[in-house]
Amino acid sequence: MADDLRSRIAHLSRRAGFGATPAALDAAVGVGFDATVDALLDPNAPDSGVAATPPPNTFTLIAPLPRTSAEDKKARNQRKRAQNDALVRWWLDRMTAAERPFMEKMSLFWHGHFATGIEKVDEAVFMLAQNQIFRSGGLGGFTSLAQAVGKDPAMLVWLDANDNKKGSPNENFARELMELFTIGIGSYSDADVREAARAFTGVRVDRRSGSVSVLPRQVDGTPKTILGEMRPFGFDDTVAYLAGRPETATFVSAKLWSRFAHPVASNDPVVADLAAVFRDSGNIASVMRALFRHPQFVSTAARQGLVKQPIEWVVGAIRAVGMRANEFEVVGPNLLVALRDLNQVPFNPPSVGGWPQNGYWLSTATALARLRFANGLAGRANLAWLNGASAASRPDVIARQLGIDGWTRATREGLVKASNPRTQLVVALTSPEYVLA
Amino acid sequence: MSRTKSSAQGRTAGSPPDRRNTADALDDSIPITLPDGRTLSRREVLGGLGATAAALALPSLAARSAAAVASPPTGGGVARRPGQGVLILVTAYGGNDGLNTIVPTQDSTYASLRGQSGIAAGQTLRIDDRFGFHPSLAGVKALFDAGKVGIVSGVGYPSPNRSHFRSMDIWQSGVPDRVELTGWLGRWHDGTGADPLRMLSIGPSVPRALIGIQSSASAIPNGTFTLPGGAPLLNAYTEAVRTPGSELGAWGGRIAATGADLLRVTARLRPILTAGSQGSADVSLEGATGDAASYSAFDRQLSEVSTLVRAGLPTRVYSVSLGGFDTHANEAGTHGALLSVLDRGVTRFLAGLADSPIAKDVVVVVYSEFGRRVATNLSLGTDHGTAGPVLVLGHGVRGGMHSDYPSLTDLVDGDLKVTTDFRRVYSTVLEQVLGADPSGVLGRRFDPLGFL
Repeated sequence: MADDLRSRIAHLSRRAGFGATPAALDAAVGVGFDATVDALLDPNAPDSGVAATPPPNTFTLIAPLPRTSAEDKKARNQRKRAQNDALVRWWLDRMTAAERPFMEKMSLFWHGHFATGIEKVDEAVFMLAQNQIFRSGGLGGFTSLAQAVGKDPAMLVWLDANDNKKGSPNENFARELMELFTIGIGSYSDADVREAARAFTGVRVDRRSGSVSVLPRQVDGTPKTILGEMRPFGFDDTVAYLAGRPETATFVSAKLWSRFAHPVASNDPVVADLAAVFRDSGNIASVMRALFRHPQFVSTAARQGLVKQPIEWVVGAIRAVGMRANEFEVVGPNLLVALRDLNQVPFNPPSVGGWPQNGYWLSTATALARLRFANGLAGRANLAWLNGASAASRPDVIARQLGIDGWTRATREGLVKASNPRTQLVVALTSPEYVLA
Repeated sequence: MSRTKSSAQGRTAGSPPDRRNTADALDDSIPITLPDGRTLSRREVLGGLGATAAALALPSLAARSAAAVASPPTGGGVARRPGQGVLILVTAYGGNDGLNTIVPTQDSTYASLRGQSGIAAGQTLRIDDRFGFHPSLAGVKALFDAGKVGIVSGVGYPSPNRSHFRSMDIWQSGVPDRVELTGWLGRWHDGTGADPLRMLSIGPSVPRALIGIQSSASAIPNGTFTLPGGAPLLNAYTEAVRTPGSELGAWGGRIAATGADLLRVTARLRPILTAGSQGSADVSLEGATGDAASYSAFDRQLSEVSTLVRAGLPTRVYSVSLGGFDTHANEAGTHGALLSVLDRGVTRFLAGLADSPIAKDVVVVVYSEFGRRVATNLSLGTDHGTAGPVLVLGHGVRGGMHSDYPSLTDLVDGDLKVTTDFRRVYSTVLEQVLGADPSGVLGRRFDPLGFL
């Protein structure tokens, strides 16, 4: 069953990372599936790729910059655009550089879960800080993660905290916290939203300093009734209360399974398995271990059940040809244009609901965008690994390089028909086999 | 699994019954076999010479426009043909403030609950004794005066949901009481033989409204486009996207099918869009003032739709969108700017269409996932509400107010009561524009409204 083991670990590597190189796959097959999962979750393992891509440390807040004259405004906008671009490029480069990219994949999941967009937040500093919370807390306790994200400038700006005042609560954060971040739609009433909104009153972010403070006179300290429980709920304990509810264990477990294995409803039995771990441990790493080691993680439904998100597809393709995202800043396919055409730009989800999945990525327009990017990448990559192979063996060489099991008859015939290695790589990268996650 | 028995073949086998002329005569030389067995010229697909081919087949848009000026416009003389229409679906994402769009000018409750976030009666553009348009809707007001705008107020669904996502899901699926993954137009499309050209969405993704079980709308980027890689890649890709059948499951099949659809849609649209971009600056933006840079992304979407509509494609539904209506804070500036963009885009689009023979068949429907709370909040914005207006615009539309405006005093939890079920709008559009039986899409027929 060595080949099956290889196939299962290749699947794990695509879901927990961006696909394995042939050498990494060989090594993982040597230690086995469960040990590979354990290694993924080891927080202390060194990673020279991560060390080589530290987060940008030159960003400054845009809000305090002057904007009286036209020149001021122009300079301000230029700085903002440059920082926002640099932010996106840094994360993409980190994803392509990391030797153990699971933490980046997990951060991308949390970015989609606590979806926050730079267009409204308008500060690369805030978005980067939130991203670091996903990375530092993304495998720890869910409650502390939700609290940290909820009271961080990016989320406070994104969901209008500064408008949430005693006597006239703004419900935006309360509603999305319940619907999308914790207990899930159907688990609460509009009255619960209104009550919780009062608990979040008075927390302010100062856009000029980036600091978060509490304005006591804007805090509604009276008792609130949330999900049937009456208390003088405040900001932190309301988040903790909701994050600790059993509905949250089910809702977040269903989402994790849906994004790392295949989409399921919250009443699917597999969700109950994960939710039990979630309730007992409250710990995300424990849930992820249970998820990857669940027998159904390698079922046919799971293996065929996800389409790669564009970020996964682009990063996976760059890694597969041994390149880094930062090599494209001047020459070659423009990553930002490609991701915009594919509908997934990091730090800019379409809404607080994050990115939908599967069918959302499939249209004639995204098929075109994939062809364009793959063609640009194949033209830019060093294909020595492929050029040296015999024509007959090239389809198998490409499959191995991309970390996938092999080809259907149709794709293989397309690969044979392609007259040169570059075209073959484009056909491979745009094939159903590779576009599936 | 035999390649010749592909599901792509099944999906595309049905030829549209109402294919309407012109651009069909483009085939020539070097044939390429598509997954459905049809052959197309490589020239069409690659587009290197596509513009030439299109120029032969289609008068340039500038020439057509000039011809239209020289001869009497035909649009005015042609009656609308019920069931033979083209729907332009405009989705306003974020929850458009209906009370500030169609303003109840004589309602003192409106004035008191909205305060300075409301629109003063004197600033509105008169609809009738009781209502006025937001001042940004000058173009729509002119169209209304010409009898070309139907207003359906108080539209919504039972048990309003104030979540953007759930509410938009309900609007787009057409199913209010359970989670339904297909869209109302997607289900219509499933019943029509599923031609990838029948529904087109402008932009990278397909909204749920246009997603069906068997297939979805095609999405095309905004602007002209070419396939990369030349003939070698085209040939190999054509081979590879022959659907893999069940080997890779449903999603694997969909990935291949969208590739095959891309080849078909490109072959058909590329020459038209290339010709369109090489004609006059842009016919659909005729009469507009200002330079091209002032055109919004929304203008460009509608401009592309305009080019395609007038090329006589078999397309029956186009989808465009405009976002940003979630005006929780400091609403006045944002909302006014968004309505201006909407107003300019739609007005230019209809003006550009006025002399087309199918002018009366084209119907624009503008909707949003909900309206906003009646009372303003302390941030001079409004929170998520319930019922809102649907605007129906077109040269063949029956203008006027077509439903009851919701009461501002008889509220539920501070929100408007729905006066008109959204499925009545859909039912009317399905019957009158698309010529379909609404019960197949919505479960039953709903009372039609009078806008068509």
